[in-house]
Amino acid sequence: MARAVSTRTKVLNTAIAGTLGFLMFFPILWIIILSFKTEEDAIRAPLEVLFQSGWTIENFLTVQARSDYFKHFSNSVIISLGSTLLGLIIAIPAAWAMAFVPAKRTKDVLMWMLSTKMMPPVGVLVPIYLIFRDTGLLDSLIGLTVVLMLINLPIIIWMLYTYFREIPGEILEAARMDGATLKKEILYVLAPMALPGIASTILLNIILAWNEAFWTLNLTAANAAPLTAFIASYSSPEGLFFAKLSAASLMAIAPILIMGWFSQKQLVRGLTFGAVK
Amino acid sequence: MATKASRTAARLMISPAVILLFAWMIVPLVLTLYFSFLRYNLLTPSGNPFVGFENYYWFLTDPSFTAAAVNTLLLVGGVLLITVIGGILFALLLDRPMFGQGIIRIMVIAPFFVMPTVSALVWKNMFMNPVNGIFGRIATGLGFEPIDFFGNMPLGAITIIVAWQWLPFATLILLTALQSLDQEQLEASEMDGANWLNRFWYIMLPHLARAITVVILIQTIFLLSVFAEILVTTNGGPGTASTTLTYLVYVASLLQYDVGMGSAGGVVAVVLANIVAIFLMRMIGKNLDA
Repeated sequence: MARAVSTRTKVLNTAIAGTLGFLMFFPILWIIILSFKTEEDAIRAPLEVLFQSGWTIENFLTVQARSDYFKHFSNSVIISLGSTLLGLIIAIPAAWAMAFVPAKRTKDVLMWMLSTKMMPPVGVLVPIYLIFRDTGLLDSLIGLTVVLMLINLPIIIWMLYTYFREIPGEILEAARMDGATLKKEILYVLAPMALPGIASTILLNIILAWNEAFWTLNLTAANAAPLTAFIASYSSPEGLFFAKLSAASLMAIAPILIMGWFSQKQLVRGLTFGAVK
Repeated sequence: MATKASRTAARLMISPAVILLFAWMIVPLVLTLYFSFLRYNLLTPSGNPFVGFENYYWFLTDPSFTAAAVNTLLLVGGVLLITVIGGILFALLLDRPMFGQGIIRIMVIAPFFVMPTVSALVWKNMFMNPVNGIFGRIATGLGFEPIDFFGNMPLGAITIIVAWQWLPFATLILLTALQSLDQEQLEASEMDGANWLNRFWYIMLPHLARAITVVILIQTIFLLSVFAEILVTTNGGPGTASTTLTYLVYVASLLQYDVGMGSAGGVVAVVLANIVAIFLMRMIGKNLDA
């Protein structure tokens, strides 16, 4: 039963939580504001920036003209979408089989897959780097797509597994009793129930792949560098150009911020491997 | 009931994933282990002789290993402390009735979606720069000496940045756990005269214990591998002031081209991470049976 709460309590809660939320969000807000300012305005005192300066979209054009921003943007898109799709193709059958035809060792297999995710990447950095160097995969989109697919594969399988397991087996049996063929069973019974789970898996994995910043930094140079590596090139001395740093940053984080807002719940399930739902 | 045919089919459906993960993790790991016993430097071709535990000896006795181990502990511990305590407070706060809860929650969670290189550079330049950064401006405006974050406390500065990225994660998970708390239990205790502190200590905290453990374990795994934030802000410096274990292995392998030494460091990192992983896996495994 919901308790009656006085409006005053609610207002007080809103004020406290709102202030803290604003402080957490402020760095992002500041990126957004500075990206529309000139360099001269961007380094003025915060209050002057807010109230005594104009707006411009110059920075976005400069960033694109100077460093071919869209190449890196499309690299990020290719790598994150590619690795997610590739991962799904491999993960869907595996998760499906483990959820609906569990064997004695299914649990061990799942735990082993999880354990590969626990491995710190530096543990395999040297051999992977050497293998990539010798096979010409360094700084290639294909190599990076495969690597990102592999590091996220355990998460994809786990997420799908937890979603599939929630589909009651009786429904499948009932469909079969009613004479549904396997094709119909998958198309009309399973797919509609599995789609929301698959959709949130896709969402979370695009986010993870987009923001991955160990392998993308170590395995790319100029050619295949996605946005994580592109932004890293602002570390010095370009970082001192606040407006351009902000413009480049805003374009790099905006798509994922928007997607992230839609995937809050799935994030919990995906990143805790179903331990917290 | 699963038939024999469907068992075979299931095995076929699982095997691509198993084979790929095996090739991705186990094979390179064995290679790392193998390299770690060789004198193997990409700059000085030496025929890569077997040298036993020499690499481990030099890696573990190097003063920068001690520094990196301490820094790793400080970074992971510091971020955990901030995010767990902050996360509990944020979750308790967000769980209360208020206006615009959805929007406030989105604002709190947003930092988690910012890529590491962006948050590191934005914090370093636009906030922590002692001259033009916002913190510097505020300090100067109030008549204080601005703090030179990356000059005086590089590891502390990185800790703040990483904590900002992970506080949303802790908040989100603890909030999810808090919302599954049985409200009637709380109301009953309230009627029995328990005050807020009692309710928090005896009902909410025990209910959150599991989620807190999950947050600590998962974050530890990710935090042990923090890399980009260090690379783009300090490069591990000044000296080794902000070098962590992960970063030290990167320096040995990809900057000094010392494959043997880097591999030895990698093995050390894996062993340390596994100690944490065992506890986490046990918890998740228990959940599978439920």
